[in-house]
This record gives sequence, structure tokens and C-alpha cells, in this order.
Amino acid sequence: MRTILAAAGILVIAALPLVAPWLQFVLTLAVAKGFAALGVAVLLRAGLISIGHAMFFAASAYGVTFLARLGVNDFAVLLAVSVLAAAAVGAIVGSFLVRYRAIFFAMLNLAVSMVFYALCAKLYGVTGGTDGMPVPIPTIFGISLGEAAFKQVLFYVSLMLIVIVGAAVHRYLDSPLGHALSAVHTNEIRLEYLGIPVWAVLLIAYVISAALAGLGGAIAGFAIGRVVPDFAFWTASGHLVLVAVLGGIGGVPGAFIGAFFLELLHSAAVTVTDAWNLVVGAALIIVIMFLPRGFYGFFEREKASAL
Amino acid sequence: MKPAILETKDIHVAFNGVKAADGVNLRVGEGEFLAVIGPNGSGKTTLLNICTGYIKPQSGRVCLEGKDITRLGPRAIARRGVARAFQIPQLFSDQRVIDNMMLALAAKDGLWSAIRPLETEARHQEATRLLELVGLADDAKRISRTLPEGHRKLLDIAVAMALKPRLLLLDEPTSGVSVLERFPLMEALMAALRQARITALFVEHDMEVVARYANRVLVWNAGQIMAEGRPDDVFSDARVLERVVGVA
Repeated sequence: MRTILAAAGILVIAALPLVAPWLQFVLTLAVAKGFAALGVAVLLRAGLISIGHAMFFAASAYGVTFLARLGVNDFAVLLAVSVLAAAAVGAIVGSFLVRYRAIFFAMLNLAVSMVFYALCAKLYGVTGGTDGMPVPIPTIFGISLGEAAFKQVLFYVSLMLIVIVGAAVHRYLDSPLGHALSAVHTNEIRLEYLGIPVWAVLLIAYVISAALAGLGGAIAGFAIGRVVPDFAFWTASGHLVLVAVLGGIGGVPGAFIGAFFLELLHSAAVTVTDAWNLVVGAALIIVIMFLPRGFYGFFEREKASAL
Repeated sequence: MKPAILETKDIHVAFNGVKAADGVNLRVGEGEFLAVIGPNGSGKTTLLNICTGYIKPQSGRVCLEGKDITRLGPRAIARRGVARAFQIPQLFSDQRVIDNMMLALAAKDGLWSAIRPLETEARHQEATRLLELVGLADDAKRISRTLPEGHRKLLDIAVAMALKPRLLLLDEPTSGVSVLERFPLMEALMAALRQARITALFVEHDMEVVARYANRVLVWNAGQIMAEGRPDDVFSDARVLERVVGVA
């Protein structure tokens, strides 16, 4: 049932730009943020809140521009290499951070991401400073496309990636490693006594979450056509946590549901009032109060009896 | 004498000057079911903590099948075939009973062969068999935090059993278990241990359980072994009766 609902949801989203073309950009951004929020949600399953994942989002988008400068111009290669770069940064940062828990983990992620933000903003010669850098339109299998055509392809490729990457993440979460990740939240002592290395479980999760944030960042970079240091600012990281919690961490679709909801709400609110933050904030309060497990909590099948 | 599976050699541990282990030499023979009894606070659980690497002795050595494991942590010792059930059950409380079991079985299989889902047919069958052994088969789909304390204790034992250990350390396996369930549990546990040729060391306060099931009893008092031997001999020792059993 949930699979049918998910498929129907994706088909509706795929059809929306045919009715309202301006929605294509909004929805592409939502997909990008959905991937990054999914990365945050992966760590949330272990009870770890990262307020720094926008760093990987930005690192990947900058990676695309650097690779383009080096002459790499193929969309698939740019996407794959920039995601790998984000994963590599995640492996380096994660190897230090997975030793920490609770507020320390959250704050250290924030601190590292703000160092990254400062570097992006200050190293003008390398990153273009606060002006950022343009993200060129790549070729797709050697074919050069105009901007409009490329962004249309980007949108549908992004939707396709939701299915492919979403299935892979679902598989991971349902594997022994995924269950061990959830178990970190409840009992690290038992995990150690089962012979399971908690640090390795967390490091793998951290790298996966960084790669997901990186995938989102690359898509956002292509969609916007520019990457700026604000991609890595702490409010962007906070936004990703918000999307993940709003959508629900019980399953892969949650992050995307949260992202689509927030982006569409934001787009609708700005047409009504300048105080769009007020509308978005009020909506969030309502959702969090009445849906503590997020939107996805609606669709979660009760796997276990609590009788 | 049967070859030793676990030995401690002159181990010393003190907490703020209070001796929890004071030059203890302990030997657990293969296939034994060794009971450790003693007053509250005498250091029995500390002994299990030392044997599983949770606490490092200030001096002395711990050997598993002749190999020094003194400086190893719980994970490394678990990988060498030592499993533990705790006085306070250590479970994945947000997960289902069956998932607790299957994660333990997956840990035994090797967590890194992780492409397949946690729930495989083989794991499900083995988990169900172990849950039947401890009488929890009907609770398989419950979230483990919703179990009554006695059943949580049984699940903790089943999780430890799932590792198919060479040596099983049980910290008060029958505490919290109802009187009606206590002896059936011990009978089933003993049968499973014999069948799987698992050596066991258990800390216990219920002297009836100790008398009925232990091959050998070790009396722990103030960080030292006060007496040891067959249950009949130990329970006829006047010092043991006075200080541990509480019968003067």
C-alpha cells in the first residue's frame, strides 16, 4: 500500500510542472533538500542530531564547479564525483565526530560546518567569496542542452534518483547495519557485548548521510546555477533537521514529504504576505504538536504490537 | 581436571580503597556450570565486568582458553566467544523482541554481510527457537520495552545465547523471574547449555537454584574467594551458612 502511495506521489509531482511550469524549479529544490534531509534522518535514527550537514550539501555543489573548471563537463560524472567528494569529506569529519553523542555531536557538527562556511566566504580567490561561483550547464551523454531543457532533464532525473537512491537507503536501513544504527540510540552497551563496533556502525551511517547531503547539494547547484557560501550556513543545516523531523524519520519517504511540504508552503506563503516566515512557523508548530512522528507517521504501518 | 576455559590470576581491583577483587585466582573448567554466590556488594558483578573487559584489573591477568584477554574490551572478548546476560537487562528497547534476537544472530554471522535484510528465514527460525526455549515465542512481535521485567530478563538471556558462546556469563538469571517460571527456565537453560556444550558462570542469590543446578559453587566475600567446592560441601560450611546464606 505504501509503495503504491509513494509511486502515486512521485507521478503527481512529475506531472505538476506540466500544469504549472514555475513549480519545476521549486520541486527540484525540494528534491535536493529531501536528499540532504534524508542524510540527516539517517543519523537521527541513532539519536544523533547534526546541525552541520549543509556543509556536505555545499561541499558537493562546490565540487561540481571545481570539477567543471578542470574540464569535466558530463552531468553523470559531475554528479557521481561530487557525491563521492562529499562522502570522502564525511569520512574524514565523521571519523572524529562519531565518538561524540547528544549536544556535543550537534555542536561539533555545527562548529565544523561554520569553519567550512567561513573558508568558502573568505577564500575569494578559490571560491569566489560571498559572490560564489557559477555552476555551468553540463552535457548529458555528450549532448549539449539549453538551460530550460537541462533543468527539465534535471528535474526528472532527480525524481528517478528518489526511487533508486531511496530504495538503496531503505535496503540499508532494513539490513543488520541499519538495525544496529537504530540500536545505538537505545543500548550501546549491548551492541558492544554483541561484538558490534559502534564507531564503525556510526561512521558508515555518517558517510552515507554525507553522501546523501552531497547528492542534494549537487542537484541544488545545478538547479540554481550558482553556489554560494550560504549553502553551508548553519541556518541551512537547521532547515535540514527541520525537514527531516517534519517529514518523519520512520522511513525514507519522510524526508521528501517534509521537503515538498516546506518548499510548497514557502512558495505559497510568499505570494500572500511578506511575513511568510510567520505562516511557515505556524504550520510547523501545528504539525509538530499534532504529528510528533512527522507526516510519515501517518503512513507507517504498525510493525509491532505494544500490547 | 577439565581444561580451563577461563582463568583469572591474582587479579586486584579496588574502588576508592574498597577491594572488589583482592588477589583472586579463579578457574572455570570446560563444560562447568559454576555458581558465584556472596553477600550484596561483595564484588560478584565486578568479577563479571572484569571477565568481559568492562573493568580492567589494576593487576593480575585474565585468560580465555590460555590466551591473555586482560586488556581487551567487551567487543573483542565477545568476538572470542564470551556472552553475557545482565542483572539489569540490556535490550534494544525500541525494537521488537524478534529483532533483538535477529540482530544478535546477525552479529554472530558477521554484521558486514549486510546487504541482505536483517530478517532472513534462517535467522527467523533460529530466533524463534531460542525464544521458545525461554518461553517468549508468543511475545516475538512485541516491542521489548513493553515486556514485564521478568520477561525482559529472559530475553536478555536469549540474546546472549544467540551468540552461540563458548562461555556464558549470567548475572542473577532468575531475579525478577516469577517463582512459577524460575525452575522451568533453569531446566530449559541447562538443557540448552548442555546441548550446545556451553560453559556457564552464573551469579545467583537463589540458593535453591544454585544447589540444584551448579556443578561447583564459589563463595565470594569482600573481594576474595571464601570457599569453593561442590554445592553440598559448600552449603555445609558453617562460615558460608553464617555470612552468605544467612543461617547461623
